Amino acid sequence: MNATLKPAKAARRTRTVRTGGGLSLRLDLRVVGACLLLAVLALAAAVALIGSGDYPMTPAEVIATLTGGGDAGQTFIVQDLRLPRVLVGLLVGAAFGISGAAFQTVSRNPLGSPDVLGFAQGSSVGALVVIVFFQGGTVAVAAGSAVGAVVTGLAIFLLAWKRGIQGYRFVLVGIGASAMLYALVLYLLTKANIVEATRATTWMNGSLNGRDWDQVWPLAALCAVLLPLLLCYGRPLRMLEMGDDAAYALGVRVDRVRVVVLLAAVLLVAAATAAAGPIAFVALTAPQLARRLTRAPGPNLLPAALMGAALLVAADWSSQRVFGADQLPVGVLTGVLGGGYLLWLMATERRAGRI
Amino acid sequence: MSRLAAENVTLAYDQRVIAENLSVTIPDRSFTVIVGPNACGKSTLLRALSRMLRPSAGAVLLDGSAISSLPAKKVARTLGLLPQTSVAPDGITVADLVARGRYPHQGLLRQWSADDERIVREAMAATGVGQLADRSVDELSGGQRQRVWIAMALAQQTPLFLLDEPTTYLDIQHQIEVLDLCAELHEEQGRTLVAVLHDLNHAARYATHLIAMKDGAVIAEGAPGDIVTAELVERVFGLPCQIIDDPQTGTPLVVPAARTSRKAATAGSAGAADRADSLPV
Repeated sequence: MNATLKPAKAARRTRTVRTGGGLSLRLDLRVVGACLLLAVLALAAAVALIGSGDYPMTPAEVIATLTGGGDAGQTFIVQDLRLPRVLVGLLVGAAFGISGAAFQTVSRNPLGSPDVLGFAQGSSVGALVVIVFFQGGTVAVAAGSAVGAVVTGLAIFLLAWKRGIQGYRFVLVGIGASAMLYALVLYLLTKANIVEATRATTWMNGSLNGRDWDQVWPLAALCAVLLPLLLCYGRPLRMLEMGDDAAYALGVRVDRVRVVVLLAAVLLVAAATAAAGPIAFVALTAPQLARRLTRAPGPNLLPAALMGAALLVAADWSSQRVFGADQLPVGVLTGVLGGGYLLWLMATERRAGRI
Repeated sequence: MSRLAAENVTLAYDQRVIAENLSVTIPDRSFTVIVGPNACGKSTLLRALSRMLRPSAGAVLLDGSAISSLPAKKVARTLGLLPQTSVAPDGITVADLVARGRYPHQGLLRQWSADDERIVREAMAATGVGQLADRSVDELSGGQRQRVWIAMALAQQTPLFLLDEPTTYLDIQHQIEVLDLCAELHEEQGRTLVAVLHDLNHAARYATHLIAMKDGAVIAEGAPGDIVTAELVERVFGLPCQIIDDPQTGTPLVVPAARTSRKAATAGSAGAADRADSLPV
């Protein structure tokens, strides 16, 4: 065999499972490995996060308590105080990660992420309207932000729609929308009194502080429906990567796939933002990091979701450990890290001649 | 009864009408090539035949039913298309890209059957990219890459195969390589091929059925030997020329008139194009 003919560096190891009934699954071993690793990391960070705080607990105590073995005090701290916060963190991270992957695949652009497209600003407008004009409570603010995110999504959709959705048009419309919505945020802040303004800026940072079961259930319900739905669309989304024509030729109903996927992604972003505020840049970075880990083409939806969950919980844990309990909202930390990543991404995209 | 036909279609992008009341029938088991000047509607016709563009009137019929009413995956099992531009995902291997051609035969729980595996291997062998299976598509030459895309469409296993300008951007040797491959697919596998080509001589050499279009209408169609004449080329492309027999294949070969004799023709001498003996070699 001629050695020059097999550089084989790009070859992927796969395992195929076939049943007698004609069903078959094809698993990419590296992707499976990456998913397992990320799931373990996310859970480890979750256990560490539950264990940290004014009353520290060892991982063994946390796991014992979670499985029903702790004393009454530990059970109260874990079940009532810290577990909801961690669950919100995991779900919000997964929701941001997977919707970021969906957005970036549909727009065929790593910048086509909800963070860049103005969803954070849109949901902030929604939340601020509730805070400033209606002095609404937590639930009302969450609802306002969800409405803001959905309206932003629909507006970008309609403005960018021209015989389907094209990547750059979508990103540019989104950046424009983001700038306008930010102006609206600043205007609303001028209308607020000092208490309202403080409340608004705290919300806009994005934080997991003080999250309880009321935030967990709606988010968990939505994720239970939309995450599997998006994962089922992973295969047609992968075809979409090759261009609309190639996807059509293979029998993908391109427009329907795009509409369903983007709607699901918008709803997930809205729900996640409602639960934790617009935590910056998880949706932008998680899919790209996941992709670098799996080195697989395609939208990498599941790895992106797990990466988002791991990133967010790990960021929340380190913001507590490094800056003291509840001092630094997690959104600030992800903002700093993600902002640096965005700069790097812009620079490399620019060099590659894509912007 | 032919499997693929356009019946009285009107083709338009938004309000801009490209063709009106156009009817085309693709003969079964033919290698049909559509030619015509830029903006004559040939690519638009191919887009309509491959259901990328929905006619604003009339219908494209696949096996007798309107193609737009058929399920997308079912159409994709009958009719394959090589689009003008496709994007190879970053870092994908040849084998993985070709395997994507199996998509219309697969489902969420039927991801990779033994048949899929065999057909992908055969498609790569037929296009001569079997040795490149584990290479990344990014590292291939233009000609190799085009063969990989054709292999992907072959893996789709469709009796009908449409190609939109498959030789554009390729060097001459790769153009011939791709056209030879098309001829093989047509002759050896009995597939019906429909291609849009820019080069009239390539079209005349490889097509079994030629469709010449201008301004959204079919000017002539038939075997290249029957329809390619100096009058037709002048009428369709506005180019005075001489037609000789291709010394290799005997098919019509279009030789544009020399600059000097073309000037004479526009100066009023109607017979200038016929003075074939005055053409320099």
